[in-house]
Amino acid sequence: MKALIFSLRSFGRELRSGEVLVLLSAVVLAVGALTAVGFLTDRIGKAVARQANEVLAADLRLRSQEPVPDSWREQALSYGLRTANMVAFPSVVYADESSALTTVLAVGDGYPLRGTVRIADRLFGEELEANGVPRPGEVWADGSLLARTDASVGDTVEVGAATLRVSAVVTYRPDQSIGFASLAPTLLMNEADLAATDLIGVGSRVRYSLLVAGNDEAVAEFNAAIEDELPDSLRLRSAEESSERAFAAADRAQRFLSLTAVISLLLSAVAIAMSARRFAQRRMDTVALMKSLGATQSFVITVAMIQLVMVGVIGVAIGSVIGFAAETTLSWLLADIIAGDLPDPGFTPVVLASGSALVLLVGFALPSLIQLRNTPPLRVLRHDAMPPAPSRLLVAGLALAAVAALLYRSVGDARMLVIVLGGIIAIAGALYAVGRGLVGTMGRFRSGVGVAWRYGLANVARRGRASAVQVVAFGLGLTVLLLLTLVRTDLLEGWRQTLDENAPNQFLINIQPHETESVAGIFEAREILPPDFSPLVRARMIEINGTGVKERSYPDPGGEWFANREQNLSFASTLSDSNEILEGEWWPEDYSGPPLVSIEEEAAMETGLGLGDVLRFEVAGQTVEATIASVRTINWDSFQPNFFLVFSPGALADFPTTYIASMRVEQHERPALVELVRKHPTISVIDLDSILRQVRGIIEKASLAVQAVFFFTLAAGIAVLFAAVQSTIDERRFESAMLRALGAKKRIVFSGVMAEFAALGAAAGLLASAGASVLAAIVAIELFNLPYSFNPMLWVVGMAAGIVVVCASGFFAARSAINSAPVDILRGAGA
Amino acid sequence: MSNQEEGSKTVLAAQELTKQVSSPEGTLTILSDVSFQVGAGESVAIIGASGAGKSTLLALLAGLDLPTEGYVTLNGNNLGQLDEDGRARIRAESVGFVFQSFHLVPSLNALENVMLPLELAGNADPRKAASAIIDKVGLKDRWSHYPAQLSGGEKQRVAIARAFATEPAVLFADEPTGNLDARTGEKIMQLMFELNQSSSTTLVLVTHDSALAERCDRVISLDAGKLVSDERAAA
Repeated sequence: MKALIFSLRSFGRELRSGEVLVLLSAVVLAVGALTAVGFLTDRIGKAVARQANEVLAADLRLRSQEPVPDSWREQALSYGLRTANMVAFPSVVYADESSALTTVLAVGDGYPLRGTVRIADRLFGEELEANGVPRPGEVWADGSLLARTDASVGDTVEVGAATLRVSAVVTYRPDQSIGFASLAPTLLMNEADLAATDLIGVGSRVRYSLLVAGNDEAVAEFNAAIEDELPDSLRLRSAEESSERAFAAADRAQRFLSLTAVISLLLSAVAIAMSARRFAQRRMDTVALMKSLGATQSFVITVAMIQLVMVGVIGVAIGSVIGFAAETTLSWLLADIIAGDLPDPGFTPVVLASGSALVLLVGFALPSLIQLRNTPPLRVLRHDAMPPAPSRLLVAGLALAAVAALLYRSVGDARMLVIVLGGIIAIAGALYAVGRGLVGTMGRFRSGVGVAWRYGLANVARRGRASAVQVVAFGLGLTVLLLLTLVRTDLLEGWRQTLDENAPNQFLINIQPHETESVAGIFEAREILPPDFSPLVRARMIEINGTGVKERSYPDPGGEWFANREQNLSFASTLSDSNEILEGEWWPEDYSGPPLVSIEEEAAMETGLGLGDVLRFEVAGQTVEATIASVRTINWDSFQPNFFLVFSPGALADFPTTYIASMRVEQHERPALVELVRKHPTISVIDLDSILRQVRGIIEKASLAVQAVFFFTLAAGIAVLFAAVQSTIDERRFESAMLRALGAKKRIVFSGVMAEFAALGAAAGLLASAGASVLAAIVAIELFNLPYSFNPMLWVVGMAAGIVVVCASGFFAARSAINSAPVDILRGAGA
Repeated sequence: MSNQEEGSKTVLAAQELTKQVSSPEGTLTILSDVSFQVGAGESVAIIGASGAGKSTLLALLAGLDLPTEGYVTLNGNNLGQLDEDGRARIRAESVGFVFQSFHLVPSLNALENVMLPLELAGNADPRKAASAIIDKVGLKDRWSHYPAQLSGGEKQRVAIARAFATEPAVLFADEPTGNLDARTGEKIMQLMFELNQSSSTTLVLVTHDSALAERCDRVISLDAGKLVSDERAAA
């Protein structure tokens, strides 16, 4: 009780002392940064997931060849989820005399559960968001269907036995990329009209889907509950399988944000660790005095604990306000991508961040504080009397446990945790070892330099261990900041392509070989750059290394699906710009040997295929056999036509081939498209503009978020470096006073201190550059699937950043020490 | 060895005190076999050249450190038999300190520094008691000043006020004028002796200023860790 009253009374006064303020600032900063970053990662993560789900027009899709039993729908409803039905089947649609093979989509109320359908009132007209689904008796048709049948909005079409009126042109469906290369145009109708078509009977090729969507937890629970119960006839599709194409960029944003969250956590940990150390050290004199005045060990420790708790509470309170303000500002800035149906910025990020900061505070400050109770009271007479250093095992153990617990929450996977934590320990260890080496080496240079540098370098060398610890702190801070800068640059560069205003926005499919010239001619006549045509051959894989695809087992269900589905094959003599060979080699341009094939990396992995495997395909009754010669990655962001399987030239020469192409068509050039579909009604034009606009929107906002988080983290990093300098300020204060008392000019002392900081900064910058290079390579390749190219400028920038940042924080921290009158400081030792 | 005045109660006794420390050159004996007793209300100066062991002796007498051999009794308690908390309690109850380098807490103002031992001792109204003693040492108008805003003499007045605030049985002073000019030092000593007399506190003063030592009732001289003389000042 006495201790509580004393702590409360003295805390206000203690606040005036620098060390409490520094520790408090570290906690405030940690809570603020962690809140903002946590909020962003959570929000953008969810927004991106939502956007990705649009590809399915739902969160989950249950597909079957037979009607999906109602029990599944009821089960979904029991989880509080929304559902919608979709029935898809091919049929010939008639309009007057003309007809066209069409994919008919009969949809029920609620479709699409994610995203919106966009329609226009005429071919290539102004599009607007559709409200609901076509009314009974009406249909919405693809532009290409109208072109092929020479029909217009307002005309009627016959679908089986039903006569339905075309009320709009569909310009965009969220799930239009499913079955992307299916050649037939689509027709959207109301499921109520399905019976009237008389088309659904035994033997008809109908695919039934149950679309499901709802809040994330309910979807996950439902998914988990039904996963193992699904009969073979039902196939479950989640967004993850469908999102890779359009949203690879957004997915990377999410990874970047997770990485940033981990980095800001580490920076907060370093900031709190540094300031907690100083907090404990600075309390030593007061504790010794209090003990000499009769304070017991338990009293000292209780007071220290209560004050630590108060630092925690006040820090969390202020930090939460800042964090909440940051949250609100950010959610306002990012209003567009943070979907409206997500809950408002809540207290969860604030609570999580506060909890994290407190765990760090306890983890880093407690061991030193506990040790304070052993401060010998003799210290009042002999200043060199120190408490025994706290057990390293205890300090390291508690700190590591705190960081590990928090990291586990961030990365959520034990293996990742071991990698990340192991990496940090390895880097810190390397920094310390190399730091000590550098510090030792630097000391030797001092005979050949001026007095300021000699003093500075001597200081670095004399404080061997402390200097190395500082190099570790600076170095770790710089490493993660450089890493963040590098990854951010890579990421933004990777996105540049997608942001490219000249990215293709139209896909032309089902172009017959004899039509290519005429198609090119239409565009050339209007001075539009004609597209490059890629050949496409539809085929089925029948054997892998002589075994039937149905008899074989696959490492992944996705692989089984891949092997069994109808394949879109292509052939090419040169590798597309958006592809990169991972294994094996691309064939020479004039290759004419036995058929070779190149397979996409993920398809190869899921199917369990590699170099040398032999694939056999059936194309219109004939077969072709090809050996896998290379494995490629594809940059799906490029919006170029890309194929999982590409053959060597000539291998598919004898098979029926159509062409597909992608190209850029500006708004004012759209009449060319009308001319194209009128002249070549069998060619389908897929308008990617809506998707592109959507992706571009995500990327622009996600880059904004990435930059915001980046600068937040950068600020935290600089604060860490500042705290690191602060932690040695007392000693510096005394030394500089002494030097000045000995007659050194202020300028010399100042240069000496700056020389010391410059040397430390250079050492830390050098080490950080090395660390960041290695980490960035790992992160780029493993986490982001981006190629990594070594950048020598990084080393220059790293060193320069080390010197500038450390000197700048050193300048501010040491300025007061050097400017105060020496007599005050020398006497102040006995304040 | 005892030159203690007959009849007065013993408050402090050193019994065959030896202090050794290990150093790179081997074991170093700082104090060797020192014994004496101090009666209530006495003022004792401990003198000797630098390195004679004065400060070490003071630390042992106040229980800030433990002897290698021998023991100290303070107010009837054998300090060697107490743990650190026990010794701290004895200090809180019966000891005050004045240090050469003042040892004020820089974040506390003058009044708050004086309140510190009162708060540690659980005084019900530390502010009132501290204010009274601040007045006594002549800092009535400067109570709200921080150590950095006070002169050396003023700092030492605060330190003296803090030392007397709990009305200790024994006051230990370690070179209290060592950091002050002669005039200020004289004033400070004047103040200390006045307070000592008015509160009948026992004073143990470490100094190498012989003039100061002569103002005490007794002078104990140390040389190379040994007690070489223990003399009552000429009355």
